[in-house]
Amino acid sequence: MRLALREMLRRPGRFAVAVGMLTLLAVLLLLLGGLLDGLATGSTGAVRAQEGQLLTFSATSRDSFVRSQIGAETRAEVDAVPGVRSTSGLGVTLVGARIEGREEFENAAVWGYEGGVRGVPAPPPAGQAWVDRRLEAAGARVGGTLRLGPTGVPVRIRGFVDDTSYLLQAGVWVTPSEWRRVTATVRPDRILPPGSYQVLSVDVASGADPARVATAIDRATRVDGADTTSTLTKQAAIDAIPGVTSQRSTFTSIINTTLLVAAVVVALFFALLTLERTALYGVLKAIGASSTQIVRGLFAQAVVVAAVALVIAEVLTLGLGAVIPREVPLLLEPSRAVTSAVSVIVAALVGSAISVRRIIRIDPATAIGGGA
Amino acid sequence: MAALELTDVRKVYGTGDNETVALDHADLTVGDTEIVTLLGPSGSGKTTLLSIAGGLLSPTSGSVRVGGEYIAGYSKRRLTAFRREQVGFVFQQVNLVPFLTARENLLIVAELAHDTKEATAHADRLIEELGLAHRRNALPGTMSGGERQRVAVGRALMNSPKLVLVDEPTSALDSTLGAQVMELIVSEVRGRGTAAVIVTHDRRITSYADRTVEITDGRLAADAVTA
Repeated sequence: MRLALREMLRRPGRFAVAVGMLTLLAVLLLLLGGLLDGLATGSTGAVRAQEGQLLTFSATSRDSFVRSQIGAETRAEVDAVPGVRSTSGLGVTLVGARIEGREEFENAAVWGYEGGVRGVPAPPPAGQAWVDRRLEAAGARVGGTLRLGPTGVPVRIRGFVDDTSYLLQAGVWVTPSEWRRVTATVRPDRILPPGSYQVLSVDVASGADPARVATAIDRATRVDGADTTSTLTKQAAIDAIPGVTSQRSTFTSIINTTLLVAAVVVALFFALLTLERTALYGVLKAIGASSTQIVRGLFAQAVVVAAVALVIAEVLTLGLGAVIPREVPLLLEPSRAVTSAVSVIVAALVGSAISVRRIIRIDPATAIGGGA
Repeated sequence: MAALELTDVRKVYGTGDNETVALDHADLTVGDTEIVTLLGPSGSGKTTLLSIAGGLLSPTSGSVRVGGEYIAGYSKRRLTAFRREQVGFVFQQVNLVPFLTARENLLIVAELAHDTKEATAHADRLIEELGLAHRRNALPGTMSGGERQRVAVGRALMNSPKLVLVDEPTSALDSTLGAQVMELIVSEVRGRGTAAVIVTHDRRITSYADRTVEITDGRLAADAVTA
């Protein structure tokens, strides 16, 4: 292995092509991963922030917030289900929001809530809102006014909260009555009466199994044998958000394809290198190197090539992240960097493994007789 | 004890009508401090004999004993260890590792055996003896042909082998350099009391050996004393 690493130190140029290509692929992987994370985070923050482990939708809503409606009577039935500690009403309306002093509209998701949202304090007084930090980046300031919807319902910004976006729109958290007021200006057909909400966030009692409680809720709310509610775990509700699953599967497919390309690049590179080194390996075997020692060296080189490419790619990606427009939902997280690094190193090892058979088959006798 | 004993060794390639006998009932004994040249034309089987003696090839039949070890039935893994520990090779085309310095090319043998404790001092001594002290950190690409040959000889001696196997040492050299290389090989081998088998088709080389054995069509001829 020392021999292989010494070769890399003495002849770095020989590995430059592989490092260069892997660097580009690693940048692509990190950007794709960052976009996937950015999209997922921006689409799901408000739902992930729910402290309730379950979310109850109306059965006919197909698990969509905007189509769902839970009345006070149903809520009372849910509250009475064993294993339910408490419920919180939720409603959301997507609107354009104009920051005071600015002409252009920003996208906002106005949430009416009763509490139980991680990172968001209790509902503010009427006419005020907790606002997602996305809008701070757009120029909003604490104490400033945000005008919601086509008629510009004014709310004063009480403070900023983190990671509460929904469908890439900044969360604006207001009282249920404020939310109804805003909804009336956008979707008068979707106004819900007081006591009714789109969805219930259900806090499950400690020790109770959320899956069993979900089933019990939907059973308790049946009318004439037909379901009137659809209760999902928080993860299932996240997956039901429009676009989330398809985004994830699309990006995952592209990421996996990129990893496959990385493995092929490494495989071709080391296959060529092995072909070129056949004589050298023959001599090394003749003087006592085992195939295992040579293969270990090959793997060490593959890992170093991948590691160097990853370091360069990480720096390049962070640089790109700094200059990329804020509208692009790019989120560069350490966990993604680690996952990508492990994936690229595994791809490099798999790719280099293609040459193992050839190395094993190199006959040390080729070193004799001028064959080497 | 003999450094090398081949008894009734045969090596056959292919089967049936395609069968080629590369080595036919060969018997050869090389004393523990003896230098033997194996003289023969291309295709005579001398390379096959050298490969079998060095554990690079296994014979089809017969007995091969090197430094007291019977190696004919060894597995590939055992043969690898045998080559690492018991024999030294000087190849026709030198074949140094191009990205290692002269000193590192010697140390590679010890590194493969995971035995570098005393190897460094041994390598330095060899480098001095071979007159390469000023070139110890030179890469093969910057060395002359003679310097590379000296490094190759040093590498063959690094594991203190019982038998040194030399393959056509002068084939790529002019007569002056060829003579220098042969003098070096013989002097180093004799200086260590080691045995050597030198394969060649160049009759001039036989004068450096204690004994010459001719090989034709896979058969060894009667010994001839040339020293």
